[in-house]
This record gives sequence, structure tokens and C-alpha cells, in this order.
Amino acid sequence: MSTALFLLRKLMQDRSAFLGFLLILGLVLCAIFAPYLAPFPDDVWDLHPTNRLMPPGGEHYLGTDRMGSDIYSRLLFGARITIVIGVVAVGVSLLIGVPIGLLAGYYHNWFSDLLMRVSDIFLAVPQIVLAIAIAQTLGPSLNNVILALSLTYWPWFTRLVYAETRSLLNEIFIESAIALGASPFRVIVFHILPNVASPIIVRTSIGMGFTILTAATLGFLGLGAQPPAPEWGRMISESREFLPDAWWYALAPGMAIFVVVMGFNLLGDGLRDILDPKIRRSSHAKP
Amino acid sequence: MSADTANEPLLGVSALKRYFPIRNVFGRRINWLKALDDVSFEVRRGEVLGVVGESGCGKSTLGKTLMGIHSPMAGEINFDGREIGALIADQRRAIAKDLQYVYQDPGASLDPRWKIRRSLHEPLVVHTDLDRAERDHRVSEILEAVGLPVGHLDLYPHELSGGQQRRVGLARILTLQPKLVILDEPTSGLDVSVQATILQLFRDLQASFNLTYLFISHDLSVVQMMCDRVIVMYLGKIVEAGETDAVFENPRHPYTRSLLAAIPRIAGKRFTEDFWLEGEPPDPGNLPSGCRFRTRCPMAEARCAAEVPELRSLDGRQQAACHFA
Repeated sequence: MSTALFLLRKLMQDRSAFLGFLLILGLVLCAIFAPYLAPFPDDVWDLHPTNRLMPPGGEHYLGTDRMGSDIYSRLLFGARITIVIGVVAVGVSLLIGVPIGLLAGYYHNWFSDLLMRVSDIFLAVPQIVLAIAIAQTLGPSLNNVILALSLTYWPWFTRLVYAETRSLLNEIFIESAIALGASPFRVIVFHILPNVASPIIVRTSIGMGFTILTAATLGFLGLGAQPPAPEWGRMISESREFLPDAWWYALAPGMAIFVVVMGFNLLGDGLRDILDPKIRRSSHAKP
Repeated sequence: MSADTANEPLLGVSALKRYFPIRNVFGRRINWLKALDDVSFEVRRGEVLGVVGESGCGKSTLGKTLMGIHSPMAGEINFDGREIGALIADQRRAIAKDLQYVYQDPGASLDPRWKIRRSLHEPLVVHTDLDRAERDHRVSEILEAVGLPVGHLDLYPHELSGGQQRRVGLARILTLQPKLVILDEPTSGLDVSVQATILQLFRDLQASFNLTYLFISHDLSVVQMMCDRVIVMYLGKIVEAGETDAVFENPRHPYTRSLLAAIPRIAGKRFTEDFWLEGEPPDPGNLPSGCRFRTRCPMAEARCAAEVPELRSLDGRQQAACHFA
């Protein structure tokens, strides 16, 4: 708990990281309180053909879409989908990638080499291409997008944890824990894992932004959540035929994606500065 | 310990070999680096056995092979009446309770993210079934023995001074009350006054915990002060062994003589003044034929290139591997 407080205090000193933190906090609050914040919560699925494509202003802060639904309300509910995609996909990637990285790094035999070559293959193909292929094969749905993102993002964690574990094994405190007679489980879980936690946390934050962006791309291509789900990427895709006249239709979800991804990236950079003093981004973030 | 095991050596090493492969850029083995080649010796209960030699002579490999960090390629390691060289991992880990290794800087053996208390409890958690209170009791006993206040338990390693870190590192080893402690270069990097304190600490701990030490060092004056017996290694082989006073007063192998001549002295008798060790040891991956020392030996003759000198007993107190000893 004290670690979390320490992190928060350090974050407040780093302006851009704190901005990132606030943006993400905003996203989470929007998602939680969407039913109360949205002026027309039923517009997630309700159609009002008479109100089609109304510009921002009046009772529709961000205008209406092609079905006459309130864009602002739909964006708020879309935040929920965005968070679910990010958290589940990155969470699953962590659960797959971290243990493989730890085991492959610690044991370093033919089997770990095999695991690392598999992760290299995944890393060699751009994530978006692989994710499109998987999502396309499984059929378009939100769950399949999450699955596709999980299956393609875990090698990032594996690579990271593997490299950190290999270098930790050269540290005397790890070697001496082994010499002390500690079991591999003990060494990995109590000594190695806490010492690779910092880069994992940083990669998680950046990975959230990256995953949300990729998910929006998949949604834009029609592979994600199906209508009437208010998925941001899909909303941009729907808006294309009404551009440039209904500019607000594309701008609103586009800005939402931009702000959220930027939030995660700023936070990730800030966390990197705080947790890993070896790589300094700027001088105002003091150790 | 029954009466007949008391006279048996605590550690018996015979014909121990540990080679490291030298590989070319394609990963093919092109040669062997013979870090330990046919090493045999024993450590008696309660003694301090010194291992000396230049860097790269196999001292540390010896320590780590005994600890099981490297596995031996051939030979036997008999510890406390049990062959431990070829044990499987689980059994080997259990041996660690009685056989412990102290790193050159024991402070570096502490996890930087762990408080001292947790680091000191860890060996007991791994090897015993003691509950928390019993562990606390044992830890505070040891802490007193190494001369640290109990208040330091809630600090992180980086909050301690270098000397205090070393003491914690030692305390960590001693919580298990091991029978044999391998000390690897325990005084290097310390200034002389701290060195003296640490050596005194080793002596005190040996007395109060009934320890046996294998003392690996390149500092001959420290070895002379601390050790009952000493073995001298050169490129993976033992070249001379014996009781410390015998070896220091009358070194029989030219390598030992050169080493002793290299001790800087301000006053007092200088050892063999005419002997100085020249050049670097040869590439350990490409050893000279016959005697390994002949390329640097002032006494070398044709016989030295042809025949490998065996380690032979000279009198009751000393052994040397030289044709002319």
C-alpha cells in the first residue's frame, strides 16, 4: 500500500505523467458512472430516425449519429467496452507472458529456447495483422477481439521478463539464494518476480494504450463488437459515409481514442521514469 | 556425530574435474578450459584450510563446484560421510544447510528489495520448520554474535554501511549453523583496519559456532594468519599443499616461492628475494605440455616439458608437485 502512495506522490511531481493519470482516472469514472452522466442512456440501442445527424449543441452536446442517437451518451458507454478490452487483453497477456518469460529465463534449456522462438515468431509479424487474421477466422465479436489481442500481445511481456530474468540470474543475491538451498519456485516467485515488477508495470500501462488502439482499429474494420454496441472504432467507421458534413460524428470517438491512448502512454512514460531511474526522459522527474 | 566419524575429514575431495567448453563463433566446442583438473584434498573438522593462487587458477571454480553451483565432470566430493557430487537437485539443496558459501561481498547476497529481517529469516524458512517466534529468537542470537543491533532488522540493505552489510551476509549464513563454510575472497576490497575486524569476526564465529572454514584468498598474509593448512593452486591443479608454517617457511614448489616473494613487506625477513614471478599465466585453454608452470619457471628443464609432476609427499607436513622439490 505504501508503494502505491509513493508512486502517486512521485506521479504528482511529473506533470505529464500526472496528466496521463488524470485522463485514465477520467476514463474509469466515465465508465463507472455512464448511466448517470449520460443524458440519454437508452440511446445505446434506441433509434430516433427523426433526429438523425444533428450537429452538436442544444440537448445533444456532441450531436447525434445516423440513427439519431446521442453521441455523447454512446461515448460514455463505449468507455466500458474500451476498459474491458484493455484490461482483459492485457491481463491475459500478463498471465501468459510473465510466467513463460520467468520459466524460460530461469531454466534456459531447449524447451525455454523453443518458447522464446515461438514468441519471436509472434513478434516478427505486426500485431495488427496477426490480430486481424485471428479475429477474422474466429468471426466478428467483442470476445474474439479480446482473444485475438491477448494471443498477440503476450510475447511482449515474455521478451521483457525473459531478458530481465537472464540478467538477474547474474546478480549475486539471486545466485546466493540458490546456493542457500532455496527451491526454484522460491527464487522465481520471491526474488526474481519482485525485481522485474517495475518494467512489467511500465509495459502494462503502455500495453493498455497500444491494445486499445489496436482494438479500435479492429472495430473500425468491422471485426469488433457488433451494432448497436457503442464501440469507438466502429463509430468512426459508421461515420465515414457522412463526412465531411457530419464532422462531429467522426471527431468525437476519434478524440476519445486519442485522449485515452495518450493517457496510458504518458502514464507509462512517467512510471518508467519513477521506477527505472536508469532511463531518464526528462530532468524534472527527480529520482 | 559418533566417535569414529569425528576423526574422519569433514570434506574429502578426490580427483575432482571441472572443465568449461571453449566454443568458436558457430557454437562448436574447440577446446576445454581446465578450471579444475584432478584436484584432491581434504578438510578436517574444525580446521581452516586456505586455498591460494593467482586470479584464474580455479579457486572460485573450486568453491562453486563444492557448492553445487557448477556440477563436477568427474571425481568425488564426500561431505560429512556422504557423496554429494552427483546428487539430484532436491537432495543437493538439503545439503546446503550444512555447507554454506560466503560471497566475496556477502552484502551483495542480500535481495535489495527485502528488509534485513526477511533476508535473515529466509534460510530458516527454507531449511527448518521453526515457527516465527523461534526464528526471531535464532535471528536475534546470530545478530548479536556478528555484532549488529536488533534495530537494523527493519532496514533495507542499501541503508547499511558496507561493513554492516557483510555482517548481515555472514549472519544469514550462520542462522543455519552450517558445518563447513566456504569463504571466497572474504577480505578483498576492504581497507586494512576493516579487514582486521572482519578476520577477527571470522575467528570468533568459528569458535562460538564450531565452524570449519575453506578459506579462498589470493592474499597470502591473510592466509598465513588465518589458516591451519594451505593448498596452492596453479591453473586448475594443486601444486603444493601442507601445514601453513611448513609451506610459508620452506616453500618447495617454485610457484609457491614466487608467490611468497611477491608479498610486500615493510620490515622483517623477506622470503626468497631472488624469485620473482614473470609474465602472465599461459592461456588456460591451451596449456603447456608436462608441468603447467614450466613456461614461467626459472628451474625448467627438458624433463618438465615431457613429464607431468605428480603431487607427492615430501615429509609428513608438506606435499608438492615438482620434479625438483
